[in-house]
Amino acid sequence: MKILVVDDEVDVQPLFTQRFRKEIKNGEIVFTFALSGEEAMAYLEENHSEVILILSDINMPGMSGLELLKNIRSTYEKPPPVVMMITAYGDDENYKQSMELGANDFLTKPLDFTNLKEKLKHIEQ
Amino acid sequence: MSFGLEPLIAIFLASQLRKTLKSEGISSPWSQYLLYAFYAAVAVICLGFSGFGHSLFITLLGHLLIFALAALTFTRDEFKTNRPLVTSVIPYVIITFFSDIIEKVFVNFYNDYNEFFESAQWFAILWFGAMWFINRRQGKALEIERKKRRDEEEQNRMMAAMKVNLEGEVKQRTAELTKQKEELQQALTELKSTQAQLVQQEKMASLGELTAGIAHEIQNPLNFVNNFSEVSIELLDELKDGPFKNLPEDSLQEANEIMHDITQNLAKINQHGKRADAIVKGMLQHSRATTSKKEPTDINALADEYLRLSYHGLRAKDKSFNAAMKTSFDENIGQVDAMTQDLGRVLLNLYNNSFYSVAEKKKLIGDGYEPTINVSTKLIKPAQGGSIVEITVADNGLGIPQQALDKIYQPFFTTKPTGLGTGLGLSMSYDIITKAHNGELKVETKEGEYARFTITIPAVSN
Repeated sequence: MKILVVDDEVDVQPLFTQRFRKEIKNGEIVFTFALSGEEAMAYLEENHSEVILILSDINMPGMSGLELLKNIRSTYEKPPPVVMMITAYGDDENYKQSMELGANDFLTKPLDFTNLKEKLKHIEQ
Repeated sequence: MSFGLEPLIAIFLASQLRKTLKSEGISSPWSQYLLYAFYAAVAVICLGFSGFGHSLFITLLGHLLIFALAALTFTRDEFKTNRPLVTSVIPYVIITFFSDIIEKVFVNFYNDYNEFFESAQWFAILWFGAMWFINRRQGKALEIERKKRRDEEEQNRMMAAMKVNLEGEVKQRTAELTKQKEELQQALTELKSTQAQLVQQEKMASLGELTAGIAHEIQNPLNFVNNFSEVSIELLDELKDGPFKNLPEDSLQEANEIMHDITQNLAKINQHGKRADAIVKGMLQHSRATTSKKEPTDINALADEYLRLSYHGLRAKDKSFNAAMKTSFDENIGQVDAMTQDLGRVLLNLYNNSFYSVAEKKKLIGDGYEPTINVSTKLIKPAQGGSIVEITVADNGLGIPQQALDKIYQPFFTTKPTGLGTGLGLSMSYDIITKAHNGELKVETKEGEYARFTITIPAVSN
């Protein structure tokens, strides 16, 4: 399963690779990282058919997570990738907007990885 | 003299004296007596006509009347002004008196000196005429003088009246000015206190915003600290279960010990990171306090629910703790529009503080001290309309020291030992009550004796 993680914080990358070390080692999950919405769109243009899940931060300089979500939903209809939004601000407004724009899930920082792993299992099934 | 002028003079004098009384405006029994004298003089004239005129008795009666009237002007003050008139007639009166006596008693002597008596009488008449003329002129001047004096007196009286009037007005004005001054002074005091309050509010507001800003900034790095420490613990576990097993026995022992320490350190990092996270969450609630919505809330139920919650929370930590809880709820409050969660948080903060305070005091004093928390609600209908809900949380704990009183609503101000309080409880409560509910949070306290927090929020009942 290929997962694209979009976050302007570089340190998110080692966190994910370490957290999912076993899964990566076993070849269950492949992580790709993008530091901005623009970078994510560029990557998807090339590899959109491979990416099953997109995890995106909302507060990013340039294209925000919500804009990215809108772009993804308008550009890629088939097969629609699963998009989960992540934000430090678990406020209602962001949640509402994300859901309206077609996000599959809404996660708050700090990420509960145990919970995330559970969700990934569901997607695989 | 065959016919006496005396009664006529008496009539003249009596009427003059009465006139004087009238013009001076004096009411006196003498007015009546003078009238009798007047009638008496008229009677004497009538007797004279009826043929008794030449009897000594009648003549003497006329003289006596004149003497009495003349004496009156010298003995009584009210007739003082008539003295010149009397002095003008006196020579005639005396001369006629003597000539009459002599005429009647010493007839021969009188006849011998008849001419002398007559000329004396004429002299007296002339004297009277001259004196009367002078008197009239003097009288006129006097009258003018008197009138002037009367006018002056009248003026003085008017001035005195005006003075009294003016003084009254001045007094009234002074009273008005004093009242105004007092009102202004009170307004000034109120303004000053409002200003101080505004400054304090502004300080709080900017501190609150700053706090929320800081919290946002800290949250992200803190997440990394927590996440990395967690993942590191996991990685170490994997290391222990995997590659470590291949180490030779002697180095495994040491490696395991080091590993144990590292794991413990990571756990500490994680633990303190979580603590910081809790503080940051508290700070963030500052900014979120205003985002939630108002909904109809049963204030009494809320106050009661959170009181129990706070009490049991404290009991869970300290089984020995006990406190009396007294509640007095106003059933008229009903449902009030409020941010239920936030208001609950405020109440919880106040309760927790109160329970903490009485618990500390119990530790200090021990037996004989009864920790008590009083919670009351009241619906107030102010004169200017609307209604206000008042929630009071009072305890008989340690109270708040005077020097801390100004700071209790400042973020991060706490008197609790490290780890027990973030210093955000009251700061947040203040924001929730004043900003989100347009209410007031007030405190009354006496160090060592009590603390009483009063929440007042405008009630929009449904």
